[in-house]
Amino acid sequence: MSDDKVFKALADASRRQLLDRLVKQTGLTLNQLCEGHSMSRQAVTKHLKLLEDANLVVTVRQGREKLHYLNPVPINGIHMRWIGKFERARLDALHNLKQALKEKNDE
Amino acid sequence: MSKPDYVYTIYIRSTPQKVWDAITTREFQKQYFGFPLASDWKPGLPWRMENPNAQVAGKVLEVQAPERLVFTWAETDKPELGTSKVTYEIKQVGDAVCLTVIHDQLSEGMAARISVGWPRVLSSMKSLLESGAALDMGAMKKGDCAA
Repeated sequence: MSDDKVFKALADASRRQLLDRLVKQTGLTLNQLCEGHSMSRQAVTKHLKLLEDANLVVTVRQGREKLHYLNPVPINGIHMRWIGKFERARLDALHNLKQALKEKNDE
Repeated sequence: MSKPDYVYTIYIRSTPQKVWDAITTREFQKQYFGFPLASDWKPGLPWRMENPNAQVAGKVLEVQAPERLVFTWAETDKPELGTSKVTYEIKQVGDAVCLTVIHDQLSEGMAARISVGWPRVLSSMKSLLESGAALDMGAMKKGDCAA
């Protein structure tokens, strides 16, 4: 089941951190992803491979460089499996409320 | 060539021709996009989303059935958002199809608008074409889909 790979890939803080980086900035190289990380290059490569196998990260070759992108499509597939079309708006509203309250607390 | 802004991929158990038809046929578009796209899909011709709530339209740049379709994407009532470019790439991988959508040349305002939409559109297209059949990703190797 492809969902198993997605959940397994997401069940690790370092891999989630790599995805966070790719949300903030798309199309990063391996070198850029290694920067500012305590992980070794080898560890980053290993985590990226797992994320690619789960189709959560896709790569595009540009010249000699390999650029990494977050592919949120499998997460959306999981989202669609359990969240109905009509619940979406209410859940978005709840999420926005939570974010707004969090920002207020942080002030 | 500038660096693409967004790259989305999905594996669909289908054939390249069926995926191509889903991308270019009104009946299919209505089901996964929500609205049909009016166009003859020939290079140089315009296309337009028949959506009463948004003025999305553009020009067809490249047509290579059933592998590649490139068109511009703009909101005609919001010229400040600029004109972006969408590329569909269809590749056969084993008994499935890897569909890649690359959306680039995006302004910041447009990026916020499209980044929610594509994952939903692709997931819907997949369920439509597979009619509920599960997909075994284990059979696919990493990098098969790499653009």
